[in-house]
Amino acid sequence: MNNIKTVRDLFILLVGSSLVSNVVLSQFLGLCPFLGVSKKIKTAAGMGAAVIFVITLASAVAGVIYKFILIPFKITYLQTIVFILVIAALVQFVEMFLKKAIPSLYEALGVYLPLITTNCAVLGVALTNVQKNYGIGTGVVNGFATALGFTIAIVILAGIREKMEHNDIPENFKGMPSVLLTAGLMAIAFCGFSGLL
Amino acid sequence: MKENKITERLFNGLLKENPTFVLALGMCPTLAVTTSAMNGLGMGLTTMVVLALSNLIISLLREFIPNRVRIPAFIVIVASFVTMVQLLLEAYLPSLNTALGVYIPLIVVNCIILGRAESYAYHNPPLPSLFDGIGMGLGFSVALTLIGAVREILGTGNVFGFHIMPAGYTPINIFVLAPGAFFVLAALTAVQNAIKKKAAAKGKDVSKVGSGCTEDCSTCGDKGCTKRFYDADAPEKNPVINEAKESEAKESEVKETEAKEEESGVKEESSNE
Repeated sequence: MNNIKTVRDLFILLVGSSLVSNVVLSQFLGLCPFLGVSKKIKTAAGMGAAVIFVITLASAVAGVIYKFILIPFKITYLQTIVFILVIAALVQFVEMFLKKAIPSLYEALGVYLPLITTNCAVLGVALTNVQKNYGIGTGVVNGFATALGFTIAIVILAGIREKMEHNDIPENFKGMPSVLLTAGLMAIAFCGFSGLL
Repeated sequence: MKENKITERLFNGLLKENPTFVLALGMCPTLAVTTSAMNGLGMGLTTMVVLALSNLIISLLREFIPNRVRIPAFIVIVASFVTMVQLLLEAYLPSLNTALGVYIPLIVVNCIILGRAESYAYHNPPLPSLFDGIGMGLGFSVALTLIGAVREILGTGNVFGFHIMPAGYTPINIFVLAPGAFFVLAALTAVQNAIKKKAAAKGKDVSKVGSGCTEDCSTCGDKGCTKRFYDADAPEKNPVINEAKESEAKESEVKETEAKEEESGVKEESSNE
């Protein structure tokens, strides 16, 4: 897959990264927040918004650093170290900046930001962008689409969990096992999207 | 005494605090790479190498790493070893490298590694830390291989590439696909819940037993997978360190009581015979 040249490419990338190879349900990245913060639709949506924000920003920054620092100096083998440090520092800076500059946005996203600091999805997107030779623009679109897929999945799961709360579930399957089964069924449903492309 | 400590660490990682089956750490790679027993074993051993070496180095440097910047320091050390291992795999085991793909560099954010650095290597001498890493890594490898084998048998009828199921067996393909991973983990956590309940009914301490990031991500943070990059808290006020110390104290108490219980259990059994 090359960089985006037409609207068709853009659409294929958006659908492919958000639905077909969904970040949690087919790649298993970002499982911790997916399972941990999906009890209520409202918090799940907040988490999703924070993830979209951070991943889009992180893939832009990682893309710029890769192209203008790592490639010119021929130190691309340091990508893992550089990306993880940059992402972790970036999240913390964003948190401080939002607290100072846009308190209303901080109110909405602030609690979720520290949870994403070393989320594997963020690093995963940055590394995938490099592996697939995406340019900076394409990388950002890919990051946004991946995060969108995460948000879709976590909101759906939260909706199901809200409904499931009062169901009669076998004693040992209460809590996490039933959530994992739900996620498995959702993964089957998302398998259906692979026919789209 | 030292011998005891080393074997105790190995045993601890393999069984008593098995990272996957007991602590339920590092679920992302567990689900993603266990499509076959071979991939599971490869991922487990790779993680073991990184875990053992990073534990050793962190333990050697524990006097020099300031408490406030310990997380970034851990991350740099772990990421360096992951990069080395990745380059070695690319050179000598390219097929495994392509099979595991992006999950090799993602070992950096594996909860197990930062968790062990934080809760064991940062407070203990190098040799036990090294063997703690090896023990935990072995436990992780065994768990991944087992899960991989189960999925491979159910999904394709093979294990390590050998066909073992009877000819009439129709493979349930879904078990090697993404949904199968969730189903296997769901079954595993249900079994864990059942065992936990039985143990709790007998009055044993089961607080250490996790279940697949059950609780909020905040508790995941205590185990080291989501942590603030730079901890501004003063060392004595740092809840993570205090908690680690407390849990260590608790652990030793639990061990003593468990040892006593086991002894009494053995006596009872022998008297029954």
